[in-house]
Amino acid sequence: MSFSISDEGMKRVESLKQKYPRIQSAVMPILFLVQEEHGHISDEAIDWVSEQVDITPAHVMELVTFYTMYRREKLGKYHIQVCRTLSCGLCGAKKLMEYLHERLQVEPREVSEDGLFSYEHVECLGSCGTAPMCEINDTYFENLTPEKLGEVMDRLAKELPDLDYSTKRDDMAESPKGFTKSQVLG
Amino acid sequence: MSKHKQILLTNVNQPDQHLIEHAIKRGAYERLQKALSLDPLKVIEEVKASQLRGRGGAGFPTGMKWGFVPRDSGKPVYLINNADESEPGTFKDRVLLERDPHLVIEGMLCAAWALQSEWSCIYVRGEYAFPYVRVQRAIEQAYEKGFLGDNVCGSGWKHHMVIHRGAGAYICGEETALLESLEGRKGQPRLKPPFPAVAGYYGCPTVINNVETLSNIPWIIDNGGEAYAAIGVENSTGTKLVSASGHLNTPGVFEVEMGYPLLEFIEQECGGVRDGNALMGVIPGGSSVNVLTAEECEGVRLDYDSLKNAGSSLGCAGFMVMDETTDPIEAVLSLSRFYSHESCGQCTPCREGAHWIEKIFARIARGEGQPGDLELIENLCDQIGGHTICAFGDTMILPYRSFVRKFRQQFRERITQVLKGGESTRNPIDFEIGMH
Repeated sequence: MSFSISDEGMKRVESLKQKYPRIQSAVMPILFLVQEEHGHISDEAIDWVSEQVDITPAHVMELVTFYTMYRREKLGKYHIQVCRTLSCGLCGAKKLMEYLHERLQVEPREVSEDGLFSYEHVECLGSCGTAPMCEINDTYFENLTPEKLGEVMDRLAKELPDLDYSTKRDDMAESPKGFTKSQVLG
Repeated sequence: MSKHKQILLTNVNQPDQHLIEHAIKRGAYERLQKALSLDPLKVIEEVKASQLRGRGGAGFPTGMKWGFVPRDSGKPVYLINNADESEPGTFKDRVLLERDPHLVIEGMLCAAWALQSEWSCIYVRGEYAFPYVRVQRAIEQAYEKGFLGDNVCGSGWKHHMVIHRGAGAYICGEETALLESLEGRKGQPRLKPPFPAVAGYYGCPTVINNVETLSNIPWIIDNGGEAYAAIGVENSTGTKLVSASGHLNTPGVFEVEMGYPLLEFIEQECGGVRDGNALMGVIPGGSSVNVLTAEECEGVRLDYDSLKNAGSSLGCAGFMVMDETTDPIEAVLSLSRFYSHESCGQCTPCREGAHWIEKIFARIARGEGQPGDLELIENLCDQIGGHTICAFGDTMILPYRSFVRKFRQQFRERITQVLKGGESTRNPIDFEIGMH
């Protein structure tokens, strides 16, 4: 199976290669780009990336498995990462995980039947003053309760907004419409 | 929001501060112009005079770090802004990146001028997607206005800035791991020496500073190093951003003058402990420092020396508060899960020790503790400390040791109660399914 990337993506790969003193530094942003287009990083993608930056596929594989944000498998359209580290733990992160387990009826990193949701617990996301919280795709939802998280999920399932604003849409400096932080804060 | 002197948070509550024209109206980039009119060595002198210490956790004097960079190596000098904020309990840099990105960029430009660097990079942790977007936009705006590019402010000096995203590894906050990551490798720390100031990014002289550290530079240029040194207390000059979280009524990021009393900080700034509960303990510097019990917090001040004398550390001031309802065994178990997940795997004592200790804490918490478990933990801590390449192992054992020592009674009771056949009174703070 061959691997391909969009023309727009290819343009961005070329500009990333120019950004650093040596092209090897561009490997991590290129992996993010591949993941954004394909949802995960396949073996074919690893071979392709290794050719782009002139390092071995084994080296790229090493990065994909070392860094937790790269995914080898497909997850739900909305992947919910609940922070579990101390401050969130003290403020009730466990209740969010129990709620997700109960609602979705799947284990962490498994995908719900409709393909919409998956979840897992992750380490400190740097949002300790607004605990407990979770990150859904690229967007933080803070000061949560199971009820508030449930409302967010209901709206996601109904409206299917794009919650990826990392590098694909750099014009987007606000949370997606209807899901701003302050609304979740209540 | 605070009666304290504001150096860093002056404009963070202005909703349009991330847009360059509004930031400029409030004085952004004026300090850069002033810096460009000074001799680079003079800028370093001012930073030395300010006695500013690195805000990333280690507290190393910033001016001295800059002074280590050789000026005649013939190699390019690189400046890296460490925005890989991942220490549990720390979320202060995020406020600056999201709400005042031009202050961050201006601080970097002033530092880059002092170091005569022509290329700098902000390494932002991967999860900070929104801060990433904000800073990336701010960099583009700075290019449009001529604060970045081949001729910065018409001075003839060239400087280019890029933003780079991490991908979820705590260890990349360690400066040499960050360099490895930035060179496209696994984030595993390097042996020092050589220090990055001599051989860093691709073997070239490199200075790595924390976001908060660099954001202090414009104020120092504007007001002079001595004026900065007059704020705070001896050995801890200036202000400090404190990320306050846990069982508090009004947690958040606060800028306080160094030397502010710890208990007053909880009462005055953070609205006191949740529900009027009594305090059990505080982890004052981010998770990798010794925990302080409520009694030990008496009379302690938020500065490097006072916290050191109290047996803990200011670290990066990730201030986590636990009230009397907290089970210390569950709290330290939670931290041990963090460290076993984040150990980079390079050095055996840390890689194996972190998992082993987590397992022991977990079995004690579950009510399956064995006699000798506490001694075993302490023994493992001894074997980790001082035997690893980076400070991860050395600092991981600080909360373990201090929790076991200071809450020994609770640990012993949990172990003996179960050995006598009693039921464990466990109330876990973690969801156990799917835990490694």
